[in-house]
Amino acid sequence: MAFLTARKRAEGLGSAGGATEDHWNMTISSVALAILTPLFILSFGSILGAPHAEVVAYYGRPYPAIVAALFLAVGFMHFKNGVKVMIEDYVGGFARKTWIIAMTCLSYAAAAVALFAVARLAL
Amino acid sequence: MADVNRGNRPLSPHLTVYRPQWTSMTSILTRITGNALLITGLLIVWWFIAAATSESAFAAADFVLTSWFGDLVMFLSLLGVWYHFLAGLRHLYWDTGRGLEIETAETLGKAAVIGAVVLTLLTIIIV
Repeated sequence: MAFLTARKRAEGLGSAGGATEDHWNMTISSVALAILTPLFILSFGSILGAPHAEVVAYYGRPYPAIVAALFLAVGFMHFKNGVKVMIEDYVGGFARKTWIIAMTCLSYAAAAVALFAVARLAL
Repeated sequence: MADVNRGNRPLSPHLTVYRPQWTSMTSILTRITGNALLITGLLIVWWFIAAATSESAFAAADFVLTSWFGDLVMFLSLLGVWYHFLAGLRHLYWDTGRGLEIETAETLGKAAVIGAVVLTLLTIIIV
């Protein structure tokens, strides 16, 4: 540590000592979602309301299945990071930890269920 | 020294004393829409897992999502997701160091609100 200059130690940390990573993670997922969101809205919107057999056949095709899997997985990771920042802004102490853990678990669970469901429909 | 007046001191002005501004309102709306979309996300995941499980499970999920209440939720979600989409693009633009002047930021905020309505109507027409 003693060999590092003050600048080197501060680099990339921001004034809060961290969280530049949070911002960067949101940037990556938001660029991904900027592409995936319109694709998912159009594809999911076109099949919502169709009978079960048609839905199964639709998601047996590669394009709708891959778009749905990517959108839901990336979307829930984007949500996980976003809701964490909101909780940190409004809730403190034990409640903060509880909420962050609960929302993180929910996000991963929802993403896992979504991926399993799409995979099962597609394969 | 002990602070004899702790808890009864005048507070500095907070949110309530400010006139609503386009910049602050569009900012909080981004957060509200982004987090409220959790409900939509979970409903859609339910629809997918139901479709992958059985026809009867799918019938239940599909009934909820396409009922009048489901339609209302999906319509509001569409508005919310398009707004959040445009507000996100605005953030990515800001991240390049551009568009940060108050007037430009306000114009972009208004554009996001109007754009969300337009994109929602377009989606309903197309899909």
